[in-house]
Amino acid sequence: MRGMSLIVRNTTRLVAGFIALFGAYIVLYGHVTPGGGFSGGVIVAGGLVLVVLAFGERFCREVIPHEVVRTSDAIGALAFLGVALLGYLGGVFFKNFLPLGQTGALASAGTLILSNLAIGVKISAGLFGVFLALALFRRRGERRLMAPEPPLPDTEAP
Amino acid sequence: MDPVLLLLLVLLGFMIVGSLVAIETRGLLSSVISVGAAGFALSVVFLLLGAPDLAITQVVVEILVLVVLVRVVITRRDETYATSRSTLAVGSVLLVLGILVAVVFLALGASGGAGLQMRPFGDPLLNEAAPASAMAPVGEIADAESDRPETIPQSIGGAYLQEGLKRTHAANYVMGIVLDYRGYDTLGEATVIFVAILGAYAVLRRLGRHSHARDEPDR
Repeated sequence: MRGMSLIVRNTTRLVAGFIALFGAYIVLYGHVTPGGGFSGGVIVAGGLVLVVLAFGERFCREVIPHEVVRTSDAIGALAFLGVALLGYLGGVFFKNFLPLGQTGALASAGTLILSNLAIGVKISAGLFGVFLALALFRRRGERRLMAPEPPLPDTEAP
Repeated sequence: MDPVLLLLLVLLGFMIVGSLVAIETRGLLSSVISVGAAGFALSVVFLLLGAPDLAITQVVVEILVLVVLVRVVITRRDETYATSRSTLAVGSVLLVLGILVAVVFLALGASGGAGLQMRPFGDPLLNEAAPASAMAPVGEIADAESDRPETIPQSIGGAYLQEGLKRTHAANYVMGIVLDYRGYDTLGEATVIFVAILGAYAVLRRLGRHSHARDEPDR
């Protein structure tokens, strides 16, 4: 998959960082404002998808290899389980063992911020990995399967 | 009529129209876009109903799914074909079914009031105050009255609303419930997503392995 035109690339350069920042904000402040690990993770995944669509497959494979995506997916899932297991410090599974703090502050509500972080990493990596699998694997395999056919009309020409 | 309710009805009608267009239209791309329109209307509905968390999630997931679907649709050949279907027959069947449902609903709702009457808006069943003995664990009914304080909330929803902020200190109280009270549920959901993604990899990777072996033999 090749990238898109120069306009799209430059806009992506400007915007992608802000998208990632907004996703991180939604994840980190999930226990204070609406949002949370799932929505923030999907926002981060959307930013990554934008980068891949704009800059193409080769750039993506150099910057973010698929192995990294898969590994961070698994790490996020295990981290959430780890937060739950750390509850045994307080006696029970899923015990909120951290100090609760002041309501409304960033460092409040104990383990919720850790759980949100873990879920955010897990969701963003997972959805981005599925997008990579759908967009790259399938198309590359299809080209091989349908080799006798003429190439598809190029819809992404600038 | 309540303006919010009116807006809700308009949005629901818009969603129904969008879904019908998505089903009936011929082009794959316009079908995908109609699904997206219905999804965005759904997110506005969530916002109006006072669920901003759900609204954010719906918008974001809708955007991602729309991008992926448009990507897939654009690069695919459109291999759909039109099936002939009599509009009159389908319409009359739908009309008869609608009248049937309406009659059943009205009949059951009118008979004694205990039938299918819907609860008033914003007053879910979980908020209903139950007698304390109904909420007591099995086997504790006998001495339930003696050692229970008078102010104990008598339903699960009421208990969450009364005690939750003091117990979790989470300003966004939805997260307090989802990640603290209902941690097991969220762990289960995360597991479901994880397994689904594993399944997607497993299904899509067979083709990928072939092309890996051909394209990059040393990888």
